[in-house]
Amino acid sequence: MENGDLGKGTYRRRHLFDRIMTGFIFLAVFVAVLPLVLIVADVVIQGGAELSLDFFTKLPTPVGIAGGGIANAIQGSAILVGLASLIAVPIGVGAGIYFSEWPESRLSAISSFMNDVLAEFPSITIGIFVYIIIVLPTRTFSAVAGAVALSIIMIPIVARTTEESLKIVPVSLREASLALGIPRWKTVLRIVISTGRSGLVTGVLLAIARATGETAPLLFTAFGSGYFFNSLWSPIAALPLTIYTYGTSPYSDWIAKAWGAALVLVGFMLILNLGVKLLIGRRYAGVRAEI
Amino acid sequence: METQEELVRSEMESSESAQPKQVGFTVKVETRDLKAGFGGNMVLKGIDSRIPENRITAVMGPSGCGKTTFIRCLNRLHELTPGATVEGMALLDGEDIYDKTVDPVAIRRRIGMVFQKPNPFPTMSIYNNAVAGLALNGVKDKKVLNRAAEDSLRGAYLWDEVKDKLSASGASLSGGQQQRLCIARALAVQPEVLLMDEPCSALDPTATAKIEELITNLKKDYTIIIVTHNMQQASRVADYTAFFYLGKLIEFDETATLFENPREELTERYITGKFG
Repeated sequence: MENGDLGKGTYRRRHLFDRIMTGFIFLAVFVAVLPLVLIVADVVIQGGAELSLDFFTKLPTPVGIAGGGIANAIQGSAILVGLASLIAVPIGVGAGIYFSEWPESRLSAISSFMNDVLAEFPSITIGIFVYIIIVLPTRTFSAVAGAVALSIIMIPIVARTTEESLKIVPVSLREASLALGIPRWKTVLRIVISTGRSGLVTGVLLAIARATGETAPLLFTAFGSGYFFNSLWSPIAALPLTIYTYGTSPYSDWIAKAWGAALVLVGFMLILNLGVKLLIGRRYAGVRAEI
Repeated sequence: METQEELVRSEMESSESAQPKQVGFTVKVETRDLKAGFGGNMVLKGIDSRIPENRITAVMGPSGCGKTTFIRCLNRLHELTPGATVEGMALLDGEDIYDKTVDPVAIRRRIGMVFQKPNPFPTMSIYNNAVAGLALNGVKDKKVLNRAAEDSLRGAYLWDEVKDKLSASGASLSGGQQQRLCIARALAVQPEVLLMDEPCSALDPTATAKIEELITNLKKDYTIIIVTHNMQQASRVADYTAFFYLGKLIEFDETATLFENPREELTERYITGKFG
């Protein structure tokens, strides 16, 4: 009777189909992760040999002279990203709060849309824009110009993550605060932001990671330099610029240094991303218990 | 047999007010033709009510009857929902809280609220939760805050359980303790009226019993309006009970009278479990 082997044939077919699809998914994951693994492995193998104390503490040497380091680029990147954060974090967080807490305003909807457009903007155009508004009038490449260019890249990232992390703060907490007779602005500042703060920090870290790796906007603004920082209004070195300049040079010792600098940059990114992962893991632990 | 809707209509026509004329209490909160809704959808269809001072009034009725919307109109929280509309009057001590000159923030300090689910501020300690309403409104004096924290936590029957861990996170407490913390938080700003929106619906029977005992004790200092869909709870704690149905106040009376001898057929059918 047909009922005797009820479902056995379909079961085997379903099982086989399940196996095949699972196999495809594993293959897709493998293909997606492979480039990352290859790049990191390549950078570690090629750049690892360059790492030494001198590499982190000394200025670059002229072509052909052994030794020297990329200390100026590390210092320059820190200054550029630090300045850019000083500009971008207040503006980005402020905009994010506005998008999240005053969504009913027309201005909020329009600027939120423009924020999305800005986030997708090719970074080289931002470099040219800052070149026109800062570098040309001041007649010099400068740390300020580089920081402004990086801040324009950071603002939409900070604004968007701020908005998203405030939006998931439960309505019940806002209402609890308002019901205590706490005004709306104070509710936003003291209850909503404090509940969503790890989301804000995550956004800032992501923006820093993005800005640290940007090369194109710095080409027309910070320009690069072979020396340590000396003024806000003169050209300044940066890790991506060093990698770009050294990596495209014909000299083998410079190319080796470029690999070393790439390893430093990749290592910094990994640390930042690990930090973000840790923060997200702990995010809203308290809120979750309450929902 | 008449349908529910027909009954509502006929009863609204037969008795011009759902409330008995003889009143042996001071009116603390009063509503006159209070209408509220979301967008085009009317939830409250004209509520006339007089809520007695220093008594517990239960607001009872099946889901969707407007009982939560009703109390959210009393502290002007309803209007914060996008698309929400309110018409009519709500009076606190005879003063219309919807008057244009009235600041809703000031009203909310006089009319506190406890919500359906415990919602302590997750980033704050037990102590900071209890005094949040004072601290965030500018009270800085440590002595005042300490006294307010102890008084309100004692008032909410929570002091003995938390006095040794005031700096622990509010979210670390059990559900019932969290709800009592929320009551303490509401008491700390010393409101005159306390609105409670099904405060026990997320709690187990033991925690519920504790909160009910607490509510009963609070009425000497506060006017309490408690929304419940639990008839037993209404009969256990409330002095007066209002029965809402489809956005209308069907009947308002002393709890015993309403349960034992309801004037309206609809109330009786709800109480005896014929619908709802």
